[in-house]
Amino acid sequence: MQMQRSRAGSESLIQSLRVDGRILTMLIVLIAVWAVFQLLTLNQPGQFLSAQNLWNLSVQTAVVGIAVGGMVLVIVTRQIDLSVGSVLGFTGMIMALIQTVPPLGWGGHWLLALLAGLLLGALIGAFQGYWVAYWGVPAFVVTLAGLLIFRNATFIVASGRTIGPLNDSFKALGGGLNGSIGETWTWVVGAGVMLFIVYQSLSNRSRRQKNGLPVRAVWAEGLVMGFLLVLTLAFVLVMNAYTYPGTSISRGIPVPVLITLLVLFGLNWMALNTRFGRYVFAIGGNPEAALLAGINVRRMLVWVFALMGLLAGLAGAVQAARLNFVTNSMGNLLELDVIAAAVIGGTALAGGSGTIVGAAMGALLMSSLRSGMVLLGLPTEWQNVVLGAVLLAAVIWNTVYLKNRRS
Amino acid sequence: MTPLVEMKNISVRFGGNQALDNAYIDLYPGEVVGLLGHNGAGKSTLIKVLSGAYQADSGQIFVDGQEVKITSPQDAQRYGIETIYQTLALADNLDAVANVFLGREKVRGVVLDEDIMELEARKVLDRLRVRIPSLRVPVANMSGGQRQTVAIGRAIHFKAKILIMDEPTAALGPEETQKVGELIKALKAEGVGIFLISHDLHDVFDLADRLTVMKNGRIVGTVNTKDVTHDDVLGMIIGGVMPKRVPNA
Repeated sequence: MQMQRSRAGSESLIQSLRVDGRILTMLIVLIAVWAVFQLLTLNQPGQFLSAQNLWNLSVQTAVVGIAVGGMVLVIVTRQIDLSVGSVLGFTGMIMALIQTVPPLGWGGHWLLALLAGLLLGALIGAFQGYWVAYWGVPAFVVTLAGLLIFRNATFIVASGRTIGPLNDSFKALGGGLNGSIGETWTWVVGAGVMLFIVYQSLSNRSRRQKNGLPVRAVWAEGLVMGFLLVLTLAFVLVMNAYTYPGTSISRGIPVPVLITLLVLFGLNWMALNTRFGRYVFAIGGNPEAALLAGINVRRMLVWVFALMGLLAGLAGAVQAARLNFVTNSMGNLLELDVIAAAVIGGTALAGGSGTIVGAAMGALLMSSLRSGMVLLGLPTEWQNVVLGAVLLAAVIWNTVYLKNRRS
Repeated sequence: MTPLVEMKNISVRFGGNQALDNAYIDLYPGEVVGLLGHNGAGKSTLIKVLSGAYQADSGQIFVDGQEVKITSPQDAQRYGIETIYQTLALADNLDAVANVFLGREKVRGVVLDEDIMELEARKVLDRLRVRIPSLRVPVANMSGGQRQTVAIGRAIHFKAKILIMDEPTAALGPEETQKVGELIKALKAEGVGIFLISHDLHDVFDLADRLTVMKNGRIVGTVNTKDVTHDDVLGMIIGGVMPKRVPNA
């Protein structure tokens, strides 16, 4: 039978595991970076691998993590979105205004504010996508214009003021004092995820076997599943190990991190399991072939940009909630972090290639580097130099990887 | 007998260039029609009008005797017209299964039914007897012959009544070319009508029942393959005139 193929010994470890080699590399780099930072901070009060730092790290990754999933899809379709930071700032400001300025200034409108911000983000994205898709204006130019317009529109709508403080319920989105789901719910989420991993892995395997399709060797299946289970368990334990100051009450998973994980899970699922995701990659691989296959390429591009705008709005909500006060410069140049995270995570700017999981790891790597360097007391300028060098190294490695795979 | 396809008075203009000038062609069930001519003679344009990639400025298309409007590749597919493009039109970053089903994926609800697609893709590609070890690697990593096979599999999986093959053997070695020839004969026997566009006169002479020659966007004429010699056809391609004493077919 075909499934015996992986026992033949001719396959490499990566082939048997059926894991993307680039994601495995990212994982190794991430572990190495964490280990180095832990060693360097061993003798100081705030260690890198302390529950407090990891908890904060997860919150710091949330905003870029939410946006990067959309950016992967944009870049995979051979486009770019430079307006993410400005759209994030603008939607954040609108959401702040709706919940603070009379006559809507009472607390109950935080949900309305959130929905309005998400809708606004999606509409801005669709608007930009329309010019790209139907008028052939390069996305670089359209979204560069968007960057200018929405950054300054943020100033105009608020008359240059800083808007806040925000509604307490809204602030939970940012992971502040009441912005975590607590110990019990963290366990519930963790257990749910672990059950899902086991179920998914077993049901996929038995279905493929029933259909006579090749599957991973048993040990490889177990290794991948075991790794995911341990990862989930470790995450739950770390999130619960960080307590509120002066108490032993666990915080649990921060709301923004939960949102980020849900968004990334949803996008990854969509990218791999739906026609929408399939067409995004087809367009990136060969736009003409996509067109000849009957895919409505233009409409797809509008949807992709709308999705990016929606996620920029959601990231704006989280950022605003985290800061409690929305300034005119909120999210300034954030698009660069988002693009860098996507590229470090293996998304090729030429289009057609990229993964949500890789980009999420790219975002985590970037915020880990930043967090570690802050702990070490490195000045911001040096932090940026290091991040730039990492970006360059990642792109070079990615280019080499793709070239080797071709030949 | 009603032709499977009949295209009449098709004209297409690209800017100042008359790409097709009152072109006409027809095709019967179980027949292979070779379409010949130099680069720029209008073969690809004519075929792209039929496959929905281009739209004619004027002219009519009939499928099974009924006039049809083909304004998109989906329209063509709905009438059972499948095209294997010279460029293959594959998404190189996707695997063979995804390419075979591109635009026509099998789904359960909203979820792609990868297992069914993989099984069906395996079945249709096995029929073409070109070895493809894994259907789950990007087609960019495949050989020319394997890629061609995926493109052909894509066309025949959906039960084409009318198959357009634009230079189907250009990227292939002799052995693979022979397999494509066998496939064409098998499809013919099933009653599929095939337009075969090729530079290689030998291929076309072996496989085609009739030959239509184009020059400068016009149809030079159509002849029965058994009535003509290579030189006759070369004369039509280069000189643009029908050979003497050979009837239009």
